[in-house]
Amino acid sequence: MLPTIVMEETDKSMEKNQKTPFMQGPFCPIPLRHNDQILIGHGSGGQMTQELIRQVFLPSFASDPLLLGNDFANLNLPENIGSQGHLIVSTDAHIVTPLFFPGGDIGRLAVCGTVNDVSMSGAIPLYLTAGFILEEGLPIETLSRVVHSMKVASEEAGVQIVAGDTKVVEKGKADGLFITTTGVGWLQEGFQIGGEQARPGDTVLISGSVGQHGIAVLAARGELGFETDLQSDTAPLNHLIQEILKAAPHTRVLRDPTRGGLATTLNEIATQSNVSIQINEEDVPVLPAVRVACEMLGFDPFYIANEGKVIVITPPEEADAAIMAMRNNVLGNQAAQIGTVFPHPQARVLLHTPIGGTRILDVLAGELLPRIC
Amino acid sequence: MQFKDEFRNSGLVRRVLEEIARVVTHDWVIMEICGGQTHALLHSGLDELLPPQIELVHGPGCPVCVTSLELIDKALAIASLPGVIFTSYGDMLRVPGSERDLFSVRAAGGQIRVVYSPLDAVRIAQENPDKQVVFFAIGFETTAPANATSVLQAKALGLKNYSVLVSQVCVPPAMHVILNSPGNRVQGFLAAGHVCAVMGYWEYLPIAQRYQVPITVTGFEPLDLVQGVLMTVQQLEKGTCEVQNAYPRVVTQQGNLAAQAIIQRVYQPCDRNWRGIGLIPQSGWGLRPEWQEYDAEYRFPVGHLRTQESPLCIAGQILQGLKKPTDCHAFGNQCTPTNPLGATMVSSEGTCAAYYRYGRD
Amino acid sequence: MCLGVPGKIIEIYDGSGLRMCKVDFGGVVREACIETLPDAKVGDYTIIHAGFALNILSEAEAQESLAALRELTAVEEELGMNHSNDPSGSQEG
Repeated sequence: MLPTIVMEETDKSMEKNQKTPFMQGPFCPIPLRHNDQILIGHGSGGQMTQELIRQVFLPSFASDPLLLGNDFANLNLPENIGSQGHLIVSTDAHIVTPLFFPGGDIGRLAVCGTVNDVSMSGAIPLYLTAGFILEEGLPIETLSRVVHSMKVASEEAGVQIVAGDTKVVEKGKADGLFITTTGVGWLQEGFQIGGEQARPGDTVLISGSVGQHGIAVLAARGELGFETDLQSDTAPLNHLIQEILKAAPHTRVLRDPTRGGLATTLNEIATQSNVSIQINEEDVPVLPAVRVACEMLGFDPFYIANEGKVIVITPPEEADAAIMAMRNNVLGNQAAQIGTVFPHPQARVLLHTPIGGTRILDVLAGELLPRIC
Repeated sequence: MQFKDEFRNSGLVRRVLEEIARVVTHDWVIMEICGGQTHALLHSGLDELLPPQIELVHGPGCPVCVTSLELIDKALAIASLPGVIFTSYGDMLRVPGSERDLFSVRAAGGQIRVVYSPLDAVRIAQENPDKQVVFFAIGFETTAPANATSVLQAKALGLKNYSVLVSQVCVPPAMHVILNSPGNRVQGFLAAGHVCAVMGYWEYLPIAQRYQVPITVTGFEPLDLVQGVLMTVQQLEKGTCEVQNAYPRVVTQQGNLAAQAIIQRVYQPCDRNWRGIGLIPQSGWGLRPEWQEYDAEYRFPVGHLRTQESPLCIAGQILQGLKKPTDCHAFGNQCTPTNPLGATMVSSEGTCAAYYRYGRD
Repeated sequence: MCLGVPGKIIEIYDGSGLRMCKVDFGGVVREACIETLPDAKVGDYTIIHAGFALNILSEAEAQESLAALRELTAVEEELGMNHSNDPSGSQEG
């Protein structure tokens, strides 16, 4: 939480001992002005933390509650939201490495990830909190870039970052930085959206091509040595989702296929709704570069994480309207109908292959690509 | 020509399937010995589209699955040593040893790194001169040139901290074992296309002759696979036992001579223990004596290891095509991809894992 | 383990004494070793497995295989010449 106490006692003692450098003790020595790295002192809650917040965080996260400087944010619901509804909350931790990758970075991922989770309920996301665990030695310039990226992403989404926290751990304990975000949104009365809502006969849609994020991060890591122009698809989906819901108000399920990919997410929905889902492999959009990278590495694009796509399950009569709405938005211009829901006792996800065969798409077993989100 | 989409043409694949159905008049048992082909058949659903008279059996074609338990345990012991960076192809990480796997060694602090190419392991050795880098050189003949080149390159660069733990196996000796086995039902083979790209297919001529079985060198795309099956079935129906090449865009009878020369510089034939099958004489390759200093078994004597297979696991019979995963009581119960009892459930090319993942039951 | 994947050689060079190349797999480029292909040239297609080339792909043989199959099954599709008929998957980029 934001500290408001200024350590005046310490300041006075520093003045007294000007000639003798203050090296050790329970307080972190106030560093020289030209520090360019995160130091343990930045997490102490004292003057260094204040300075960090003022110089790095507040310029980007300039929301009223943050500027007020309390340990809490007193929030209003926007006026144009109906009075009957529900509060939606979601939280997420982000540990992606590397911190920067084509198409995004950990900051953008953090904002979009939580905005999207809240949006999957049909809610309008309003506010985010952001907790940072910083590794000693992290260049402040890196932190500034991440924070700026979070500002850009939250503006895209139309949300405000209203509360935050910063801690610092010793070198080696945090891989640069970790971010935890919590999001709050408002869901108007009248929507029944959730993984348990899918019914036999419903259509399954996807807003665009799968597998981009995971492969882009893997390429950025450089360990497997391949080059590609692929970008992560990290994006806030709340506006797209509102457009989908306007066109298809009886949408049953919204879920973004993040960790574990399309296959794992469809399995979750099938299990929650106690139905089976059949997908036509040919109809699922996959970029050629993703396909080829997966073949080289022995991966299946249907298990690779996405950070800017949504699975939409609608009653059949609303499918076309939903696809139209998606294709009218730049984030959904490759939207496609990929399958249907049908009754089956074993809650399976079946894939029809291009040559007319069938295979079962099971959940991902174990680790596929570590640390991608 | 991109050499890919053309061989995935669904319309043509379906036509070839119809042709197979048209020519087949008897029941036939055909085996493929290639993890990549097992995977490709199940991934595309082709195995279920073949006419019912054709039984496709998956042989010991997954190098991860056939690496001996003792060697896995040695790998785990070496990987646990301080100062060692253990590198391997990705699939080896989850293969269970007697008591644990590389993932749990990593969780306990061992340095384990997945590499795509053995040359990446050599680079890691260059970048970490104060560590010992060990590469788990597993594979059939397909990976032998790559694994061997890494040793040549380590020598050329003067690296003293690189060594390989070798588990190279060869296909033809396994075919002899299968065809000699008293319970053998296999009547025709699809030969592994990429093994043959390296080695050619001249080694299969005496096998076809001796055991009177047709053998078709087969690729990996759906069209390659159905063509391989069609040509094998045509021979079976005619009663011929030749070696035919259904993958001529990559494979020639003599193979890749430059690749074979690399193999011969570094490797020599040796006996190998195939997990689940047992010792097959002269069925693999090991380092020639002059390369002994790069042999991880020699550099890291880890002593006699007590190996312990799960009594429930019938991987050996599955690898020989004598049983199917669905014949195993533990399949899908005690033995699943997240809790594998044997190697065939761990590797994504292993028959049991493929059956489980693709839902064959 | 990964399958062998076909790609086009776009550059050949020496890498610490080894004959290396860059291969374009169609959207992904990776370095590969072609010690196994002393006669390969830029523009050749090859199959790469674990970062090594297995053999050069023969277009002539590929065309012949496809022609033989088409003849055998009396199919009238046009392969590789009319991409709008490509049924092998939704293509985007």
